[in-house]
Amino acid sequence: MDVEERATVDPVGTREKTITVTVNGDSYQRTVSVRHSLVDFLREDLGLTGSHVGCEHGVCGACTVLLDGEPIRACLMFAVQADGSQLTTVEGLAAGDELHPIQQAFWENHGLQCGFCTPGFLLTTYDFLREKHGVTEPEIREALSGNLCRCTGYQGIVRSVQAADEAWER
Amino acid sequence: MKPAPFNYLAPTRIEEVLDVLREYGDEAKVLAGGQSLVPMLNFRLARPAVLVDINQVADLDSIRAEDGTLRIGATSRQRALERHLSRAADGPETLLRSALGYIGHPQIRARGTVGGSLAHADPAAELPAAVSALGATLVIRSADGSREVAPEDFFEGFFTTSIAAEELLTEIRVPAWPEGTHSRFLEVSRRRGDFAQVAVAAVVTVADGLVTRAGLAVAGAAPSTVQAHSVVDGLVGSEPDTDAIAQLAGNFAADLDPPPDTHGPAEYRRHLTRHLLQRAIAEATGLAGPRATSAA
Repeated sequence: MDVEERATVDPVGTREKTITVTVNGDSYQRTVSVRHSLVDFLREDLGLTGSHVGCEHGVCGACTVLLDGEPIRACLMFAVQADGSQLTTVEGLAAGDELHPIQQAFWENHGLQCGFCTPGFLLTTYDFLREKHGVTEPEIREALSGNLCRCTGYQGIVRSVQAADEAWER
Repeated sequence: MKPAPFNYLAPTRIEEVLDVLREYGDEAKVLAGGQSLVPMLNFRLARPAVLVDINQVADLDSIRAEDGTLRIGATSRQRALERHLSRAADGPETLLRSALGYIGHPQIRARGTVGGSLAHADPAAELPAAVSALGATLVIRSADGSREVAPEDFFEGFFTTSIAAEELLTEIRVPAWPEGTHSRFLEVSRRRGDFAQVAVAAVVTVADGLVTRAGLAVAGAAPSTVQAHSVVDGLVGSEPDTDAIAQLAGNFAADLDPPPDTHGPAEYRRHLTRHLLQRAIAEATGLAGPRATSAA
C-alpha cells in the first residue's frame, strides 16, 4: 500500500489541527495543515511576512524567530508544533514607529544591503545580546555563524552588533 | 521543498508513542527536534505515513544527576544540556559540553535533541562520538519493555542504529568517572557549525602517574562513529608518553578506510584522525595544553 493511500484510510493522527499561538503579544487561533511549516504559517496564515523563507532546510537562518524566548529555525518546525507557544518575529522588535536599538544599529552601520537575511540576523542578535554585554568580535562572529548573508561580507553586520551592544539599554 | 502528506499525532504519554510504533513500524517516523528529519521530509527523502511527535511526552526531556550518573532524557534540547553543564569542571561532563558546542548553531541546538542526534547516527556527528568515549548507556523502550545498550552495540553503521522500528530511545546515562579524569573534544570542519570532517572525543583517567582508564572515539572517519580500542589498550597501564601516543594514534589511523569526498581524499581524514587523537590524548593527560603549562 503506498504512503498516501495508507494514510488516508488510517485512523491514527490528523491531517489538520486547530492551534492557538501568541505572536508578538497577539493571540491567534487558526486551523492548519499538519505539514505546514511554522514560517509559512506566520507568512501565509497570519500575514507576518517579516520572517523570510530562504533555504527551507535549516542552513541560511533567514527564518529565525524566537519560540518561547529561544531562537529557532521556523522552517524546521511545523506550525502545529507551536500550539500554545509564545513567538517573537521581527515585527515584534520595534515599538511602533521607533526602531529597536538593534534595528537602529543595523540601519546606521550598513548592516544590510538587500535585506533578505536581516530578520534572521536581528533576532539572532537579540538573543545573543540579551545574554551578553561587552561582546568581542570573535564572539559576534561565532554567534552569527548560523545566519548567511550574500551581500555585505559581514563587516557591516559585525559593526552593527557592536554598536547595538553599546546602544541597547537592557 | 514541502513534505509529502502525513498523519500527525503528538502523544503526551510514552505508552501511546510505543503503541503507535508497534502498530505502524517502519511507516511511522518519530519526530524529536526535527533538525535532520524535517529537511529529509522537505526533500521527500523520508515519506512516513505517520509522524509521531514526541516533544509533548511528559518527563522525556529531564536532565538530572543520580548517584553520580547523569541521566539525560532523549528529548532534552542540546542547548538545555549545554546550559546544564555550563559550570562543569574538566572531566567527562566537559567532553559532552564541548561536543555540544560544535553542533550546528545556537538556533539548531535550541530545537535539536540529544536523543535525536544519537538516533539519527550521522557518522560525522559529535554526540555519537562523545557518548561512545564516555561509555554511556542508551536506554531503549518498546511496548514490551526496555533494554540498555552500550554505544558499540547501538551504532551499527551509516545512519543506522540498533533501534528497531517499534522501539524508542528514551534516555542516555553517562556514568561517573573516577577522580583524575580529564577530557578533550577536538574537531576540524570546513565551516563553523558544519558536521565534522574528523572529530575526536577523549576521556582519560590518570592515577599515580599511570593511565587507569580511557575512552576514545572518532567521528567522520568511518561509516559510523568508531572507538579507538587499540589506542585505549595501549594507553591503559602505562605512563602517558608523547612518542607512545603518537605511535598508537598513527597505527589506529592507518587501519581506517574513510570514504573520500569532495573535501579531501581518505589520506586527509587519516591524517586528521592521527593528529587530533594525538593532541586530544596529550591534552587530556596533561602532556600538552593548559594543564601542562600550569604544572611546569
